[in-house]
Amino acid sequence: MSRVEIRVTISSDQDIVVARQKGRSLALELGFSSGDATLIATAISELARNIVSYAGSGQIALKDLQGSTRVGITVTASDTGPGIPNVSQALRDGFSTSGSLGLGLPGVRRLMDEFEIDSKPGQGTRVVVKKWRP
Amino acid sequence: MEVPILKQGAVLIATFQAALSDADLNHLRSALVQQVVRFRSRGVIVDVTAMDVMDSFASRTLREIAHIIRLRGAETVIVGIQPEVAFAMVQLGLTLEGVATALDLEEGLAYLNQKFKTMK
Repeated sequence: MSRVEIRVTISSDQDIVVARQKGRSLALELGFSSGDATLIATAISELARNIVSYAGSGQIALKDLQGSTRVGITVTASDTGPGIPNVSQALRDGFSTSGSLGLGLPGVRRLMDEFEIDSKPGQGTRVVVKKWRP
Repeated sequence: MEVPILKQGAVLIATFQAALSDADLNHLRSALVQQVVRFRSRGVIVDVTAMDVMDSFASRTLREIAHIIRLRGAETVIVGIQPEVAFAMVQLGLTLEGVATALDLEEGLAYLNQKFKTMK
C-alpha cells in the first residue's frame, strides 16, 4: 500500500521542472541517497519531456512503494496522446521520432530498477518505473 | 528564470541556476551567441554547478551552444558538472562528446587561457 501520492499535471516545459523537483523531494523523504534522488529526478524529467513532446499533456504520479522488507518509489507517466506504434523500437537506443530525443526510454530504463510500458496507438501511453532503496 | 551572463575580458561566463526550463535553456543559447558576436568574445564558460538534473534536452542544448560558438571561432568550456549529475548522464547515455569540460570556474579559465595562447 502506498502512503503518499503526488500528482503533477504535465502540459508545458515548466511542469517538467516541477515534476522532477517533487520527485527528488519525495525520494529524499523516503530515504534515498542524494545520488539516487538525482537518478530518479533525471528519469522523471525524461518521462515528463516525452509527454510534452509526443502527447502535449498528461500526468506524472509519484508514489511510495512499500515492499515487505524494503521501500521504494513508483513513477507513473500517463497521457492520452497518439501512443507509440512500435514499442520495442522506441526502447532501442538511438531511436527517435521527434528529433534527437531518442535516448529517452532506454535511458530511463537504465536509471531505474523496474520498467513497464503500455501504449495503444490512438489511446495513449503509460510508463511505470520503480526504484528500490538499496 | 534567466541565466546571468558576465563579461570578463574576452570571456563570457554564464552561471546556471538550479531549475532551468527548456525555454530558459533556449533563451540562454540565443543570448550567449548574440553576446559572443557583440563582444567578439573568444571564450565562453558555462557554469552548471547549481544544476541538479542534466537531462537529454539540457545536454543537447549545451552541445549545440558549444558547437555554434566554435563555428564562430570561440571556445566553450562547461564547468562544475556535479558527480551525481555526471553519473546520471552516463546512465542516460549523455556524454557531451566533443565539448570541453573542467572541474570548476578556475580550471575553466585556465583551460581557455591555454587555448588562447595556442590560437595566437
